[in-house]
Amino acid sequence: MAANSLRGQTAVVGVGLSEFGEVPGFSHFELMAQAVERALADAGLKKADIDGVFATLEPANLPAVSVCEYLGIRPKVMEGTMIGGSSFVNFLQWAALALQAGLCEVALITYGSNSRSGRRRPGGAVPIPYESAYDARLVTSYALAAARHMHQYGTTRAQLAEVPVAARAWARKNPKATQRGPLSIEDVLRSRMVSDPLTVADCCLISDGAGAVIMTRADRAKDLPKKPAYLLGVAAETSHLGIAQMADLTVTAAAQSGPRAFAMAGISPKDVDVLSLYDAFSINTVLFLEDLGFCKKGEGGAFVSGGTIAPGGALPVNTNGGGLSCMHPGMYGVFTIIETVTQLRGEAGERQVKDALVGLAHGNGGSLSTQVTSLFGTRDTL
Amino acid sequence: MQGPESNYQEYLAKGEFRIQRCGGCNSHVFYPRLLCPQCGSSSLEWIVPSGAGTVYSTTVMRRRPEAGGDYNVCLVELEEGPRLMSRVEGLPPVEIGIGMRVKARVAGGGDAGFFVVFDPVGN
Repeated sequence: MAANSLRGQTAVVGVGLSEFGEVPGFSHFELMAQAVERALADAGLKKADIDGVFATLEPANLPAVSVCEYLGIRPKVMEGTMIGGSSFVNFLQWAALALQAGLCEVALITYGSNSRSGRRRPGGAVPIPYESAYDARLVTSYALAAARHMHQYGTTRAQLAEVPVAARAWARKNPKATQRGPLSIEDVLRSRMVSDPLTVADCCLISDGAGAVIMTRADRAKDLPKKPAYLLGVAAETSHLGIAQMADLTVTAAAQSGPRAFAMAGISPKDVDVLSLYDAFSINTVLFLEDLGFCKKGEGGAFVSGGTIAPGGALPVNTNGGGLSCMHPGMYGVFTIIETVTQLRGEAGERQVKDALVGLAHGNGGSLSTQVTSLFGTRDTL
Repeated sequence: MQGPESNYQEYLAKGEFRIQRCGGCNSHVFYPRLLCPQCGSSSLEWIVPSGAGTVYSTTVMRRRPEAGGDYNVCLVELEEGPRLMSRVEGLPPVEIGIGMRVKARVAGGGDAGFFVVFDPVGN
């Protein structure tokens, strides 16, 4: 069976976001459940229809099992592989396989976090041996990658600043985005330095929030109320855990996950109308645009300059405002899927990309460690 | 009998920084492992590296003065090939740059245990 046999066989038929931003008084499970309720309503399905659960969240004892118990679901298939923030994009692959094989009929992918109100630092699980003595933080790895990109290719801080500025411009069109004030290149450059060359404006938000995605096979999807977003391709790859083990800090495993996802979908970057790239830090967007083939390696800084990825630019990226300006509750992966589906349905309101037929949702996990690329299309793309 | 992680720590406690070399493919390995990440061989032997390295990337972690002030975190590429996370001491963090030549030294011994840091070499 060829890898492209997954193309168009399954679809996202429901998406749900919890209240997000600062939501004090709610646990991560409560926010997750709110997102699930909304995704089910969106899909026109009931909780009893869910027989596949793909979930992880932290902290939790046996995360996927905790989610099943909390929701009161005894699924035929459960999956909870934790590969960082990209986990939820990765779940698309396993949910699609399980659905296509008939192991389950309705798959739920979900995540919830109260990392803002709970004052938890994301990604702070087990320290990496041989690194713990140096007091590195999550941002450190991304700063090291950004510094290396600047060294090798002459990328400038002003070019990196284009990324949060574009994200903010999109967020200003999204009434639900957390950060909607004006933001200029100069503002980013003048912001407080966190880990050179990244300022606080180059870093994602820390939010409360949850997301849920409902998938079924394409044959069932067409009878449900919302316009299905068909999964055209998905692929994952990992290159390292700790940043010291990453062969080239300017090339992520998206250079492999991207081409494999495009091959499955039978399309190329020029066919993509809208992108959601996991923007934990400004450098992420630059690296992923290069690695996924939207520009050449080393040219990402120049590519994003002049508003290319902002509203009105040639390539709409992170139209909800992204992790930088919309929300980032610990792990952002599921939200890349939700925004992509929202765009392909034509439900994105003021930020809607005209005639969006193909969307790309890309997840990143760890310290640029795991990369998962997914491609969705409307019925016209089948 | 003990694993390479314990061996490595014991060398450090004696003031020695060692890395592994693979008998299967001759590649140098850090951090210490039971199997070579290149070829999968378990015939890894300890060697004393030259200690010479080059800063591959570097950042200044900004911290309030009352919390200890700014500090360096960097990746150093050893002459033998492997890269490790560390810090360069003896210079203000902002003066540490990519390409700087550095030399390994064993530090620590307190609560953080023993670990490897680097000193700048000449100019």
